[in-house]
Amino acid sequence: MLCTVIPVNSVVDEIPARLDPESAGWLRVLAVTGPQREAALARLHEMLLRIAQREVRRRAQRLRIVGPELEDLAYQAAADALMAITGKLGQFRGESRFTTWAYRFVILEVSAKLGRHFWRRPDVPLDAEDWDRLPDRFGFEPAQESERRDLLAALRRAVDTELTPRQREVFVAIVLNGVPLDALAVRLGSSRNAVYKMMFDARRKLRAALAANGYLDHDDSGRS
Amino acid sequence: MNGWPALDRFLQTDPRDVGCAEAMEMLHVYVDVVAADDAEERYPGIAAHLRARGPCGEDFEALLAVVRDAAG
Repeated sequence: MLCTVIPVNSVVDEIPARLDPESAGWLRVLAVTGPQREAALARLHEMLLRIAQREVRRRAQRLRIVGPELEDLAYQAAADALMAITGKLGQFRGESRFTTWAYRFVILEVSAKLGRHFWRRPDVPLDAEDWDRLPDRFGFEPAQESERRDLLAALRRAVDTELTPRQREVFVAIVLNGVPLDALAVRLGSSRNAVYKMMFDARRKLRAALAANGYLDHDDSGRS
Repeated sequence: MNGWPALDRFLQTDPRDVGCAEAMEMLHVYVDVVAADDAEERYPGIAAHLRARGPCGEDFEALLAVVRDAAG
């Protein structure tokens, strides 16, 4: 059966010369219309779905998602990833293998979908401040009770005095209430990058405050 | 005094950390380099970011596992 070859620069600007044979094969077959392309898309979808199912199952226990919802999330992630891949085929520059580039889309779709799904749980606190959970979260030894109390009080003071209101809100949600960063980004109408940056600045300020008051060692590794 | 190493590690930040946007943009390249070579030397800012235990680190581990499984 004949296939119509789409001019290469309408789908992929060019097939990079250094591309491995398998990746070049994917690009060639996806740049045509007809049954070859359909078969390649079906194969790619199958691979993406398998990855999505595995990844959703792996993360589900921690996020307490069960049943058919998991399968729905995996199907949605695979379908959306396939759409993104075909839409962005021209952006693939051959810096990695084609499959690694393609798989990235489905992993990120799973993360984004689980972040949105998180808020379907009715028991998620956002504003509560459960400071008593910190010792468990960071594995403090019960034998060090007085040290724990001092450090916890110092951390709480630093959270109140060193952080901006937005940094404090992000710290409380992620650290005290266990809200995943992607889910918090959805709730705040923000992005993973922006929330991470806010948390990064909060961590840096808190560590500096605790070190200045002798609660943590000064870091001389070049990190802060 | 440092009686809370896990909290200490959590609060540590690396000035080379490139953030989520850049790390996710380069994730596929980084994963292929990790699978074959020493990515940390070539991309220290991305390595710093992925070490910070955020969602990008989880995505990185997941993608690396998929690529390693596919390589058999």
